[in-house]
Amino acid sequence: MTPVSLPRIDRSAHWQPGLGDACRHVEIFASADEASGAGLALAFALDAARESADHRPWLWVQDKTAIRLSGRPYRPGLPEGLRHRLLHVAADRPEDALFALEEGLRCRDLAFVIGEIAGNPTSLDFTASRRLSLAAEKHGVPLWLVRLSARHDLGSARMRWDVDSVSSPPPRWNRDAPGAPCWRARLFRAHTFQPGQWVLGHDGEANRLVAVRAVAVRAGEDEGACTSGAAAAPDHGDLVQGAGDRPLEAEPRRA
Amino acid sequence: MAIWCRALAIDRWRLNHAGPENAKAGTNDHGEAPIVLVGETAHGPRIAAASRAAMAAGAQPGMLLADARALCPHLVVHPSDPPGDRAFLENLALWAQRWGPWSALDLPDGLVVDVTGVAHLFGGEAALLADAAASFAGRGLTVRLAVAPTAGAAWGLAHYGPDRTSLSADAGVLKGLAPLPVAALRLDADVVLLLERLGLKRIGDLAEIGRAALARRFRDRRSPAANPLMRLDQLLGRMPEPILPVLAAPLPMVQQRLMEPVRHRALLDRVVEDLACALVRRLEEQGQGARRLDLALWKVDGDVLFRRLELAAPTRDPAHMTRLFAGKLDDLDAGFGIELVRLAAPWAEPLALTQSDLDAAAQTHGTSLAACIDRLSMRLGAEAVRTPVPHASHMPERAQRWAPPLGNVALQEGLEKGIVPSGRPLKLLDRAEPIAVIYEAPDGLPRLFRWRGHVHEIARAEGPERIAPEWWREKGGARLRDYYRIEDSAGRRYWIYRRGLPGDGRGGAPEWFLQGLCA
Repeated sequence: MTPVSLPRIDRSAHWQPGLGDACRHVEIFASADEASGAGLALAFALDAARESADHRPWLWVQDKTAIRLSGRPYRPGLPEGLRHRLLHVAADRPEDALFALEEGLRCRDLAFVIGEIAGNPTSLDFTASRRLSLAAEKHGVPLWLVRLSARHDLGSARMRWDVDSVSSPPPRWNRDAPGAPCWRARLFRAHTFQPGQWVLGHDGEANRLVAVRAVAVRAGEDEGACTSGAAAAPDHGDLVQGAGDRPLEAEPRRA
Repeated sequence: MAIWCRALAIDRWRLNHAGPENAKAGTNDHGEAPIVLVGETAHGPRIAAASRAAMAAGAQPGMLLADARALCPHLVVHPSDPPGDRAFLENLALWAQRWGPWSALDLPDGLVVDVTGVAHLFGGEAALLADAAASFAGRGLTVRLAVAPTAGAAWGLAHYGPDRTSLSADAGVLKGLAPLPVAALRLDADVVLLLERLGLKRIGDLAEIGRAALARRFRDRRSPAANPLMRLDQLLGRMPEPILPVLAAPLPMVQQRLMEPVRHRALLDRVVEDLACALVRRLEEQGQGARRLDLALWKVDGDVLFRRLELAAPTRDPAHMTRLFAGKLDDLDAGFGIELVRLAAPWAEPLALTQSDLDAAAQTHGTSLAACIDRLSMRLGAEAVRTPVPHASHMPERAQRWAPPLGNVALQEGLEKGIVPSGRPLKLLDRAEPIAVIYEAPDGLPRLFRWRGHVHEIARAEGPERIAPEWWREKGGARLRDYYRIEDSAGRRYWIYRRGLPGDGRGGAPEWFLQGLCA
C-alpha cells in the first residue's frame, strides 16, 4: 500500500494584525451579553478594506434571537466610513438568516457580509457552514459570522476565533472613562496559521487593527502571560477630531 | 381651440345608461325625466349636476337634494362619479388630438387643443369647428367651441361668447372679447364680484382703465386667477401661459390564451417565462424597466387570481422576473385549469439599454445589488431588508429610523455631516432593559448592578450626558435621562442611563436601564 501524498500546508506561520483578508470565512464566537463579537468583526472588516477605497454597501444579517439578545446596529455608533452603507437584514429564523447570508455572498455589489446567529441552531450544521465557505471563496466576498453564546460545533470556517472584552487602555484626558475598545481574541482553529492569543484593538487614526498588548502567546500557555506586558501607554485616540461647526478657541485659526 | 362640455356629467351618465341612440334622442327631446346627479357632503346629499329638464324644474347644481325635492318632487336621483368624469375627460383629451398635436385638460369639464397651423388641413377654422361640433354631437356630448389666438381668449369665448366663434389675431383679440363679461377672464368668484362692484362689468371696461391703476389695485395678488391684469396679459399673449398636455402612456402588457387549460405547475412556469420574455421585449421598445408586475390568471370556472410583485430597481431581466414569480405561485389553486394568463407592468421607469448579461456571467460575477435585495425581500418580507437613516431627534432610540434600501444614499451621507453625537454604542437594544442596582456610589452612579442574572462591577465610567425629554413630542410627565458609558471589571462596555432625578416630582425613585452595547 503506497502512502497517499497530501499537499503540505505550512502551519508554522503566525497570524498577525494586517492579515485580515487572508481568508474569506471567519467565525467569531462571543458572548451575547457584549458587543465584542460584532466589534471585532467590524474591526477585521475595516482592517481588510483599509487600502482600497471601497464604497459598496455591506450587509449585516441577524436572526431574531440575536436581535433580542444583543440589539440592532446603531448608526451613530458605527465606524464613520461604514455608517451610510449598511444594509440590515432582520431574519425571523436561523434558516432565513443563512439564506440571506448566502445571497449576500453571491452579490457582487457588496463589500463584505457580517452575520450574527445566536446559539447552535440545527440548521447551521457543517453542510450549511460549508456552503457559506464555498460561496464566500467563489465570489470573493468576505464573511464574518458572529456566533453569540454558542459552543464550538463543527464548522468549515477557515479561521475560528473566541473573543471577549478586556479592559481598555485608559484615555489620556480622562483616566476614569472607558477607552477605545479592546478585545482578547483567541484563534483556536485556523487553516494556515498557528493558534494563538492576542489582545486586539482598532486604531482609529491609522484605521488598522493593532495588537494593543503583548504579543501572541502560544496556545496552551498560561493566560497570565498575556496581560503581564501590560505597560500600556495611554492612548489619545478618543479625542474629538474636528470641532464640527462649533468654534474652538484652542484650534489654530486659518486665515 | 377651447372645448367646453356644458353638461359633461349628465351626458356621460346618459351614455352609460341608455346607449348612444337614446342619449341623442334624449337631448333633443325636452319631455325627458329631470335627472340630477348627487354627491355626498357633510350636510347631506348635494346636487353635483342637473339635466336641462331638472334645471327647468328649479334644481340647481350646488343645491341640497332635500331643497330640490321640495321644488320638484319627481326628480330622478343618481349618484355622481367625479373620478369617472375625470377619466372620461382624459380619454376625451386624447381623442381630441385628432384636431391638433397637443391637448390639455381644463378642469373640471373643458379641453384645450392646440390647433396652431392645423386649420388648413380641415379647410379653414370654420370648417374645423364644424367638424369638431359634428364629431362631438356624434358622441352625444353637448359642447361649445371657440378658436382664438390664445388659450385664455378661446376659453372666454367658449364659455361666454357665441358658439363656434373663430377669432383671428388680425381682427384684434381685445376687440373681439370686449363685450364679454369679466368672468370670461377665468377669475376667482370673489375677484369677479369685486370688479362688478367697482362697475367693471365687461372686459372692454377693464382694458380701458390704465394698466397702472389695475396694477396698483391688485399689487398683492400673485396668483393669476386673482389678478385681472395678469389674466388680461395672458389673454392678449403678453404673458406666457404654458399648457400641460395629456400624453397617452400605453401600459406594457402581454397576455397568452392557452389552448388547453393549464393545471400543472411546470407548464405554468413555462407560460410565465414566455410572457416575461414578451414583456421584456415590449419594455425594451419603450426603453423602460418594470418596477411593479401584475400577473393575472383566469381560471376555467371564471375565477381570477392576481399576483403582484414590486422590484427594488427597474429591471428587464426575464429570468429574474420568472424566479420572483416562482415564489409567489406556490400556493396557487389552479382548480379545473387556467386558460388565460396576462402579465402587465403598471409601473415602469426609464431604463437605458445595456449590454445583456449572459447567464454564465451572472454565475461567475455574482448578482447585482438590486437583484439581491429583491430576492431577500421576496423570501423574508419587505420589512426585513432595511437601511438605517438618521432622524432629527435627541432621543437615542428615535435618532435612527429604518428605511427601504436603495434610497438616496448620497443625500443621507451629506445629511449627518458633523451632527453625529460621539460616544454612541455600536448596538442598541430594541427595548432598554432595566438593571437592578445593588450598591450605589455616593455620586449617584451604581457601583454594582445586576443584568440578565449576572453581577457587573463598574470599573470606569464617563458621564453623565443629560438628554432632556422632547417636550414637543412627549407628555409632560416624561423624565430626563442621564447617560453613562461604563466599563465593568471584566472589560465589558455598556451604555446605561438613569431615568429621572430624585425628587423631580415625576414619579418615584429614578430607575436604571441598560440600552446599548459598546464594541
